[in-house]
Amino acid sequence: MSGADDQTLATSSSDDWTWLSRYTEARIALGRCGPGLPTSAHLSFQAAHAEARDAVLKPFDAKQFAADVTARNWPALAVHSRAVDRATYLQRPDEGRLLSLESEALLSEPRAPADVVLVVADGLSSRAVQVNALPVLEALMPLLAATGRRLSPIIVASQARVALGDHVGELLGASASIILIGERPGLSAADSLGLYLTWLPRRGRVDSERNCISNVRQGGLAPEDAAKQAAELIERMFLHQAAGVSLARLPQLPALDDGGA
Amino acid sequence: MGFSHTLGGTSYRFDDLRTLLAKATPLRSGDVLAGLAAQNAAERVAARMALADLPLRHFLNEAVIPYENDEVTRLIVDQHDGAAFAPIASLTVGAFREWLLADTTDATTLAAVSPGLTPEMVAAVCKIMRLQDLVTVAAKCEVVTRFRCTIGLPGRMSTRLQPNHPLDDPKGVAASILDGLMYGVGDATIGINPASDDVDTMMRLLDMIEALRLASNAPIQSCVLAHVTTALKAIERRAPVDLVFQSLAGTEEANRGFGITLSLLDEALAAAESLQRCPAGGNVMYFETGQGSELSSAGHCGVDQQTLEARCYAVARRYRPLLVNTVVGFIGPEYLYDGKQIMRAGLEDHFCGKLLGLPMGCDVCYTNHAEADQDDMDALLTLLGVAGCTYIMGVPGADDIMLNYQSTSFHDALYVRKVLGKRAAPEFEAWLGAAGISDPQGELRFEPARLMPALPLLDAK
Repeated sequence: MSGADDQTLATSSSDDWTWLSRYTEARIALGRCGPGLPTSAHLSFQAAHAEARDAVLKPFDAKQFAADVTARNWPALAVHSRAVDRATYLQRPDEGRLLSLESEALLSEPRAPADVVLVVADGLSSRAVQVNALPVLEALMPLLAATGRRLSPIIVASQARVALGDHVGELLGASASIILIGERPGLSAADSLGLYLTWLPRRGRVDSERNCISNVRQGGLAPEDAAKQAAELIERMFLHQAAGVSLARLPQLPALDDGGA
Repeated sequence: MGFSHTLGGTSYRFDDLRTLLAKATPLRSGDVLAGLAAQNAAERVAARMALADLPLRHFLNEAVIPYENDEVTRLIVDQHDGAAFAPIASLTVGAFREWLLADTTDATTLAAVSPGLTPEMVAAVCKIMRLQDLVTVAAKCEVVTRFRCTIGLPGRMSTRLQPNHPLDDPKGVAASILDGLMYGVGDATIGINPASDDVDTMMRLLDMIEALRLASNAPIQSCVLAHVTTALKAIERRAPVDLVFQSLAGTEEANRGFGITLSLLDEALAAAESLQRCPAGGNVMYFETGQGSELSSAGHCGVDQQTLEARCYAVARRYRPLLVNTVVGFIGPEYLYDGKQIMRAGLEDHFCGKLLGLPMGCDVCYTNHAEADQDDMDALLTLLGVAGCTYIMGVPGADDIMLNYQSTSFHDALYVRKVLGKRAAPEFEAWLGAAGISDPQGELRFEPARLMPALPLLDAK
């Protein structure tokens, strides 16, 4: 017999500096097998990517979401952008910024005037909306109602980009808009919601004219805190008749970060 | 004037050079989004055939963006070297492709004609080349640059260590740097993308790396990839700035969107050189580019994204950079939809940059909304390695926790060096041995004791 029986088969080696991980969330000290990753690190990367991909690709159930909203006694309307499917949405941001002709007609029907329009949109993560949009609305709606400002029905939008809120706001003649939208998933979080606020939402607004509250999720910015920030921002916007960079120059206001949405 | 070509009984017309170039480009989502792409596959090939028949001289007479309107065009025209162009002046684009591929055309020949090439000529020939053509020609090019390490020597492949941290925490950054150094990564640069683009953050990070460099005696050059105006402020405050960074675009209008002009870049180069941290005759600038940035900033001027990318390299070469890289898959699926489009674009950019004389690297990467995964990155990484890519990124576990995208990892660098027999820059390789990070045979030891000299960075502050 050779000595092979006594040997342990070579598999992976750990990196003996795992204590460095206390300083960063980065994937350090992963260990290795030859130049490759140990199987566990290799597969946990795949798991994180799979979660992000599924968050991007999973269709947004707008009807169900609108029903959940209506069940809380808030009126809701489901709309769709001009992007007919997910592949189009991903390649044609211009189509995701405009309402479909049918939705345009729906929002053009005569209705009560609104000061603030609220839009909930799938963006790049339908999962972010499914998980975090209702908790934000539950905290936000009472705060907005207390101001006495007239609110639009909650517009539930599919295949939508941030600027779809401008088209909605234009049709409803609103002074301000708040859009809750799924942010581009990262490997560490696939359910981050972003809130974008715009003064005089009209087609053609650019990103620097908005304020953004991002990374809204359990483990990030809590939905209740995001709602509080949004309500405060809305009051400042009505006070200064402005939003975006000019408003962000005031202390304590977040600057815009599009996040790819 | 215009161009036309008949294919399969259909006659295709192309109004001008920029239209011809756009229609000849292999399909990608960004050109479709811009409304510039060919209507169908046949029109695309007809455009390539018309382009192949076009004399290279034509490019000296028709600009894709008017000279009067665009300082990048003026730079291209004014810096053109007629004597260098002379040996290929009689060729068409199609014959130029064959000349590039010919066994008799070697590194010396290619370097000699490089100043005679305009980015549009290079973009044009690129559009009629297959991936293997792009690999063959790029592999022949030799571009060598120097700071504390010599980058781009034959048989070498360098790595940028990219230790980003969402809060720019120097300890968090240092932890990733130490991990990377143990994997032999970092000879191109240690380059940090700051989450916050301000001079205090930049100086805090530069001071940390400078302390590491002096404590370890490593021949590294560092860079905080803040805006060029932030770097100028840091230089004014005598910060230890090795490389000055800037993102570039291929039109004056898109560069304005980036907050830069050529005169600002001139100023940045002079400021970086004034610090005299680089050995004489060395290279002090670091540029990043990527197809689609002009469309993204509404400054594409009706030109396709691959041609515009090549125009970035005309800007870059004016400043004799140490490093240039295309951040190929970062911009998202509305510009490069899937792994196939990202792979082609990465090889195009590497080819065009090398032919225009640049030390071209590639951030082999993708975002989570692109149709791509690690397999696509492995394929592009391997192809780029074969093509002689100057350097790649090294991100812990391929997961950039600040920029939220996936790039290549320390392990990936180890892989590509191993399978292709590539080595790190000679100065860096010698230091790895002297520091005991690698053994006398050059194999990495992975012994944590080797990190000890750097520990004060983490705990003493």
